[in-house]
Amino acid sequence: MSTTLKAYAVRLFPQVAALAVILLMVSIAFPGFFKLEMQNGRLYGSLIDILNRGAPVALLAIGMTVVIATKGIDLSVGAVMAICGAVAAAAITSGHSLAMTLLITLGTGILCGLWNGILVAVLDIQPIIATLVLMVAGRGIAQLITEGAILTFNDAGLIFIGSGALFGLPMPVVIWLAFGLLVALLVRRTALGMLIEALGVNRRASMLSGVSTGVLLIAAYVLSGLCAALAGIIAAADIRGADANNAGLWLELDAILAVVVGGTSLLGGRFSIAASLIGALIIQSVNTGILLSGFPPEFNLIIKAAIIVLILVIQSPRAQSAFVFLSRARAPVKKTAGEAK
Amino acid sequence: MQASTSILSATAIDKIFPGARALDGVDFSLQRGEVHALLGENGAGKSTLVKCLTGAYRRDGGRILLDGADVDPQSTLEAQNLGIGTVYQEVNLLPNLTVAENLFLGRQPKRFGFIDSREMNRRAKALLAEYDLDIDVTAELAAYSVAVQQVIAIARAVDLSGKVLILDEPTASLDAHEVAMLFRIVRRLKERGLGIIFITHFLEQVYDISDRITVLRNGKLVGTRATADLPRRDLIAMMLGRELVQEVAAEHGAKGEGGEVRFRFRNFGRKGHIQAFDLDVRRGEVVGVAGLLGSGRTETAEIMFGAERADSGTAEADGRALDLSSPRSAIREKFGFCPEDRKVDGIIGDLSVRENIALALQARRGWARPISRSEQDRLADEYIRALDIRTSDREKPIKLLSGGNQQKAILARWLATNPDFLILDEPTRGIDVGAHAEIIRLIESLCEKGMSLIVISSELEELVAYSSRVIVLRDRAHVAELVGNQVTTDGIVEAIAASAGRVDA
Amino acid sequence: MNPRYLPLTATIAIFLIAYAVCIAQYPNMLSTRVIGNLLTDNAFLGIAAVGMTFVILSGGIDLSIGAVIAFTGVFLAVLLQATSIHPLVAFVLALAITTAFGALMGAIIHHLEMPPFIVTLAGMFLARGMAFVLSIDSIPIKHPFYATLKSAYYKLPGGGRITLIGGLMLLVFALGILIAHRTRFGANVYALGGGAPTARLMGVPIGRTTIGIYALSGFLAGLSGIVFSLYTSAGYSLATVGVELDAIAAVVIGGTLLTGGSGFIAGTLVGILIQGLIQTYITFDGSLSSWWTKILIGLLLFAFILLQKGLILVTDRRRRHA
Repeated sequence: MSTTLKAYAVRLFPQVAALAVILLMVSIAFPGFFKLEMQNGRLYGSLIDILNRGAPVALLAIGMTVVIATKGIDLSVGAVMAICGAVAAAAITSGHSLAMTLLITLGTGILCGLWNGILVAVLDIQPIIATLVLMVAGRGIAQLITEGAILTFNDAGLIFIGSGALFGLPMPVVIWLAFGLLVALLVRRTALGMLIEALGVNRRASMLSGVSTGVLLIAAYVLSGLCAALAGIIAAADIRGADANNAGLWLELDAILAVVVGGTSLLGGRFSIAASLIGALIIQSVNTGILLSGFPPEFNLIIKAAIIVLILVIQSPRAQSAFVFLSRARAPVKKTAGEAK
Repeated sequence: MQASTSILSATAIDKIFPGARALDGVDFSLQRGEVHALLGENGAGKSTLVKCLTGAYRRDGGRILLDGADVDPQSTLEAQNLGIGTVYQEVNLLPNLTVAENLFLGRQPKRFGFIDSREMNRRAKALLAEYDLDIDVTAELAAYSVAVQQVIAIARAVDLSGKVLILDEPTASLDAHEVAMLFRIVRRLKERGLGIIFITHFLEQVYDISDRITVLRNGKLVGTRATADLPRRDLIAMMLGRELVQEVAAEHGAKGEGGEVRFRFRNFGRKGHIQAFDLDVRRGEVVGVAGLLGSGRTETAEIMFGAERADSGTAEADGRALDLSSPRSAIREKFGFCPEDRKVDGIIGDLSVRENIALALQARRGWARPISRSEQDRLADEYIRALDIRTSDREKPIKLLSGGNQQKAILARWLATNPDFLILDEPTRGIDVGAHAEIIRLIESLCEKGMSLIVISSELEELVAYSSRVIVLRDRAHVAELVGNQVTTDGIVEAIAASAGRVDA
Repeated sequence: MNPRYLPLTATIAIFLIAYAVCIAQYPNMLSTRVIGNLLTDNAFLGIAAVGMTFVILSGGIDLSIGAVIAFTGVFLAVLLQATSIHPLVAFVLALAITTAFGALMGAIIHHLEMPPFIVTLAGMFLARGMAFVLSIDSIPIKHPFYATLKSAYYKLPGGGRITLIGGLMLLVFALGILIAHRTRFGANVYALGGGAPTARLMGVPIGRTTIGIYALSGFLAGLSGIVFSLYTSAGYSLATVGVELDAIAAVVIGGTLLTGGSGFIAGTLVGILIQGLIQTYITFDGSLSSWWTKILIGLLLFAFILLQKGLILVTDRRRRHA
């Protein structure tokens, strides 16, 4: 058990270290950064703010991690967020109960995931292309539902999901923490994680070994759709209305970025949901940090770009082979297995 | 005298990889107008030597003389311009370009600064005519068979380079007719004075076409001999470094005829893949499958394992109907399948040896019932020991293992599921002779334990050694079944040839 | 017929049928005026889409073009507002910057061996960020030279006009076709799309070609930015968000394989026209809402993906039985 713990620590170290450095830098620019306060049974503070604001990307990153592990990508999650936000608003304003509204909305997300999954798994279409369809059409569908306007609602229950608090934490934080933990346990305590990784590395070989690749692929996209639905509900509840134009706009890119920052390769295979969640927090810390430290917000995107480039350089095969070469040069020379032909 | 006819000579070539010396002072010389076979086990240094000659690798020591002048190619492109062209096993042309574009990529004829397509097509047509190939050069390359693509690749390499042609396993995916066509072309090029380096696993082809043979072992030169003066047994001894090697586990006594019939396939087939066939397999029996490439060997395996769904017939085991509609259901029926293309269909490259071994068993148990980590460790260690899989530890990604050890790990994957029926498609292809013998021994011991096996192989001696019966395929149909003392290499060749009058690409 | 021409044929057929349907319903749509406007309104998108076609043909993708267009617009507006240099000089400067920017992304993709998707995503953030840093307001461009350029057009019979920018788009397409099919660079782009490792072995200069492709895309995005600033007479850092998606859609609807290696520049022009036609139809109709454009384009994308999928299946099967 301790070896697995150690493996986790090694795996998560770069992300945790990066997050710590960023938080430290922000705290230097903004002294009150680490202060937490308890008011009316709810924690307040910049750190809580990061956790709260980062909720949609964190949720999307959970599903995106699994999709990317299967060697896929889901470009549609932002659009699915808009659709689901619109569905939730439309359902609650047309008189459905909160439970029914949530059910319908999550069902919509699952349906969207199913569509993507079937295109990828059954029709065998490249994921980036398959999910592009819904990415392009999705916002149109959302606008169709809201009829082009911002559909507002004032159901206390639905609003609670966006701005309420549970166990002293804002509701969105509770949701993504709980859902992340649930999915992480699901993939690691069962054999799902290993089967997904096998599928991502070599789909045909996995299929020939008896892995039900089709079902797993569809499940990955369904999970992603479900995550997008949750994120869509939170985004809509937060502004008490569904904005088909702007809800989740470009969040698919942030989610992909979170996964890449988390060290999961876009080529599929090994994945870590915890690392992706930390990746999402890194992105949100940069956003919040720039605001707090009085930097003009215009620089936000430039800093984001710089972070991506930095991570690209660290993760690039060239840099890694140089690193391996260096560490091997120091280690005692071992006999290699010869050419792997 | 040798200096005047030698077109390429390499002396004392060294190549060092981190932690391993891949080439150690290797000498090699190629004469004008000769076919020179380069042989050795996997990892002997053949590919490394070729890559040093073609500039794909930088050598760490030694000289290369081409036409008497020192050369030091930095890239395959530079080697090509110097006169050294290479054709690889997987055709290295672009399927989405036309034949003419493939032939003239990077050196298209121009008019007024723009590519002159008409002139390019005319020249392509003329070039291929020299190889007796009359095809539409404006069609995409992908429209043609591998053999034709191979000829186009040779035409391109010779046209570009013209001094030295390196053929790296060009025959691996060709059938006998296509090999014959290729060899006709090679002989003609030889007459034109080209020096040709030929790398292959097929010893028959070495004796068929080569003038001299150079053998490498463990990165060192073992020797260069004239083919005519080197008996087969001596050649294998040179390759293996053991003085007394039985080419294959020689004369077998009574091969297990097996017990009662256990698996019964009736009218089993799929349109467009393999014509419906009947087949019985006994307990503890190896049924060999022979035939040329494209005769339906792999298709037979795929349909039995459910990788392609049968559209006619039935399969039963001990009188009980079997569901073979997908690999998943076949595995549930205790079937296993080691596919021919290990890299594409077999290994999960980035995952560890442990996970690769546990995969099929885990898939059969379902995702909700994970095999515990300690159980996986035990399983992996057990098979690493039992099959002598050479790996530093079980957590090593399988892609880092050699071909033979990867093959053993995939066998372990299936043995871990404790199968009743195991299909092996070319289990010994592309692996070194040592691992080769171990796998044959393993097949025999599985058979003794009562497992039923189907083994597909193009190495006929090998098939004869362990099969109690051999099914012969031709034109996607089962055409003969050899039993008892009919099971000889001559018998198989005869059965394949019996009506092979018409085999086109 | 050679199957490689089938997607292009389908694209043209869809356009003609759609146009015929439009005319049947609104005979007014059959006028040179509508055609002229179609070209003018989609000029910036078309020019950027030519660059995107090259990128996609090579097997890559460029997510940065929308941001680069916006950056160019803001850059021009700020420069013309703050200094007194001639717009032509500003154009050259803008093109030099965007070309270098594209080349830089190509160099990163090649040398760091990173997926174009992520590299150009970073490029998108960077270009958009630079635009924000220059100005977050919409800045009008009032230079008289702009008015001169805008009033230049070629009058078609029937009252339609081919404006300068509409004509420029057609010219860019013509040059694009020439580069794709009649130069070694073009052949190398197709070769790269067919498989980079093989192309490398066949002597295609991978690095130079990759950098060239993204530099070309950057150049055309810059040119598209100039055209967009002429079209709107302003520079705004929030403009042209998501234009890369429209461009990708036009390329795919134009019959180019998103996996690279197969397709035609000319198809992209038809793809652009189809998108423009949908918008024109919705404007003519008046009662249809704008979101139908997105839904229809999504459906068209889906149809073309299915068509190409089917085509690959058919050719595979044919080869199997050959």
